[in-house]
Amino acid sequence: MKKFAVVAAMATALMGTTAAMAVDLEVTHWWTSAGEAAAIAEFAKAFEAETGNTWVDSALAGSGTGANPVIISRIIGGDPMGATQMNTGRDAEELIQAGLMRDLTDVVADMDIESFYVDASLLEPCRFEGGLYCLPINIHSWDWLWLSTAAYEKIGQPVPKDWNEYVASWPALQDAGVLPFGLATGWPISGVPGVLMSGLGGSDLVLAINRDKDASAVRGPEFRKVAEALDSLRQVISPDMMVPSFGDVGTQLLEGTAAGNIHGDWLQGDLQVAGGVPGENYECLPALGLGDQLTGGGDSFYFPKLPEGTDQAVLDAQADLARILISPEAQLNFNMVKGSMPIRTDIDLAAANPCMQKALGMLGNGLLPSGDFALTSDTQQQLQDLSIEFIDDDSITVDDYVERYASIIESAE
Amino acid sequence: MADTALPLEAGAKVNRPSLLKRIILHNLPAKIAALPMMVTVLVVFVGCTLWTIYYSFTNSKLLPTGKFVGIEQYERLFATSRWNVSVTNLITYGVLSLIFTLVVGFILAVLIDQKIRFESAFRTIMLYPFALSFIVTGLVWQWIMNPTLGLQGTMRNLGWENFTFDWIANPRMVLYALLIAGLWQGTGFCMVLMLAGLRGVDEEIWKAARIDGIPTWRTYVSIVVPMMRGVMVTAVVIIGSGIVRLYDLVVALTNGGPGISSEVPAKYVYNYMFSGGNIGQGLAAATMMLLSVIIILIPWAYLEFGGKGRRT
Repeated sequence: MKKFAVVAAMATALMGTTAAMAVDLEVTHWWTSAGEAAAIAEFAKAFEAETGNTWVDSALAGSGTGANPVIISRIIGGDPMGATQMNTGRDAEELIQAGLMRDLTDVVADMDIESFYVDASLLEPCRFEGGLYCLPINIHSWDWLWLSTAAYEKIGQPVPKDWNEYVASWPALQDAGVLPFGLATGWPISGVPGVLMSGLGGSDLVLAINRDKDASAVRGPEFRKVAEALDSLRQVISPDMMVPSFGDVGTQLLEGTAAGNIHGDWLQGDLQVAGGVPGENYECLPALGLGDQLTGGGDSFYFPKLPEGTDQAVLDAQADLARILISPEAQLNFNMVKGSMPIRTDIDLAAANPCMQKALGMLGNGLLPSGDFALTSDTQQQLQDLSIEFIDDDSITVDDYVERYASIIESAE
Repeated sequence: MADTALPLEAGAKVNRPSLLKRIILHNLPAKIAALPMMVTVLVVFVGCTLWTIYYSFTNSKLLPTGKFVGIEQYERLFATSRWNVSVTNLITYGVLSLIFTLVVGFILAVLIDQKIRFESAFRTIMLYPFALSFIVTGLVWQWIMNPTLGLQGTMRNLGWENFTFDWIANPRMVLYALLIAGLWQGTGFCMVLMLAGLRGVDEEIWKAARIDGIPTWRTYVSIVVPMMRGVMVTAVVIIGSGIVRLYDLVVALTNGGPGISSEVPAKYVYNYMFSGGNIGQGLAAATMMLLSVIIILIPWAYLEFGGKGRRT
């Protein structure tokens, strides 16, 4: 018994000392695909090397629809994690308002973050009543038209340089038995109207609809072009040709069975994992090759307020992580692997691939607010339902589409 | 009944004030034992139902903190084509599923009841799909019905170039694709229930019917089926509750597609509560689902439990 007491005392003493030295910080995120997991590991490495603390990785499957609800219910339910990734935008708006997130103003006070963030608008969703509640860590954009080199070799035409040339090539593609537009079932269509909006409608249209929620802009002639483009798109898409996931579209592009696809820059991760080389196996046209500005959102890190009585060391670890995430080295390493654009302007991206270079060039013109960024998840869900219905059901006319889009924007908050 | 009623009445006359006490103290251990369940029912079922209904009248978004907005959520709900399609789909699927599960289940049970050989083997085979979750069922049938990889592709590769079975990609037929998978999963269980009911029918009744020269099919329809009322009601309730909460099969098989042509109400509730972050809208839809269950359940409960002293 005596022996046991001694051992127990030693053990507690030991545990006490280790706790003071290194703490566990649980980080939740939904980066589960191969490329994404490698990217988040860069942050984990930097965090563990610089602070000596342990990064407890809690990857959740299912992204915005599967993982987001889990993260939110854990925070609401009083079981907050040390840090979590979420989309930049309004998903966590209410959590911030309810005081469930930690104010990071003091943590980054000496870093002068306004000076190096690519676009000040990125930080807007993080600000509430003078506090700073999250840190955007990368920029993602939907505004990409991906084209298959192999498909255009089949029909003996050069790869189109913009959307209009691409549309003009559809009949030849169809004659050759190539799918003009590869599409996965479900949510991937939801980003397409936004891309058409910035490419065909222009920056003003995006700002009027996404930022100002102006329904009259939706009913105007510029948006009509978007609806008509979507209408012509659905003529070359049929449900039995759709593939289960967006990664499969990447495969179609590399094989040349599909000629093009509009999808976010994360598709490039899949193209590269499958051995595709930009310029050789696929071409990328930012903003459909027409516009000069990208719409963007991305990912942010949030640090939930931890319960009363939490070890000061854990709070310090949160602060350390926050600073590391936006540090130049971590930003560079992370974004090179992830294929997204860094939020800092002051790092050297010479190693970025040609597609990313094009995007970086456009970033200088400022970032437009994407739907993911500026609209509530409720409104996004409504617009997604509408797009999915429209693509499949030819009985919904262009007028119906415009009117229903307008009424959703009217009721948006 | 009369035997027990008399002394009770006499006791009440002699010592009336103790009546209340007796209600509480009578069989006290049983009441204590039932207490956790009673609390669960009151708090979890009734309490959460009331909570759900209350918050469906608010404009709550991510957190249940919204203010009262009357029937605004319901107005939006019924102006949403996805919801209306969902409801129509559920009614179509529900009616067909209920009829086919009962009829096919009953016919299978009758066939197995013909004192056939290897009865238990057939019973096991028929019941096996029920052991699979709807997710597995959905995935299996998704592969079978996939136009390029499944049955259609196989038949075309074998030489039948015009063989077509693309229900899963056809907005008008996708509901029947769901129905096939649902029936495959559910009829076995219905069959077992029916079989138990058939076995409960007294052999003497069969003998009497035979002596009277009544044909077998007529005996089933006019005598056996009415005698199986209890089993039928059980089967209808189980199938019915399965229909209303139809969700996982759709998610695994079609994910609501093509377009929105196989959406169901439960999926709408989930999407708007969780990925849409709109609790008010999700709860309004959930309340409508509850209402539809109540509309079906009340007449049945009235028939089953109403009418004093009647026992089935």
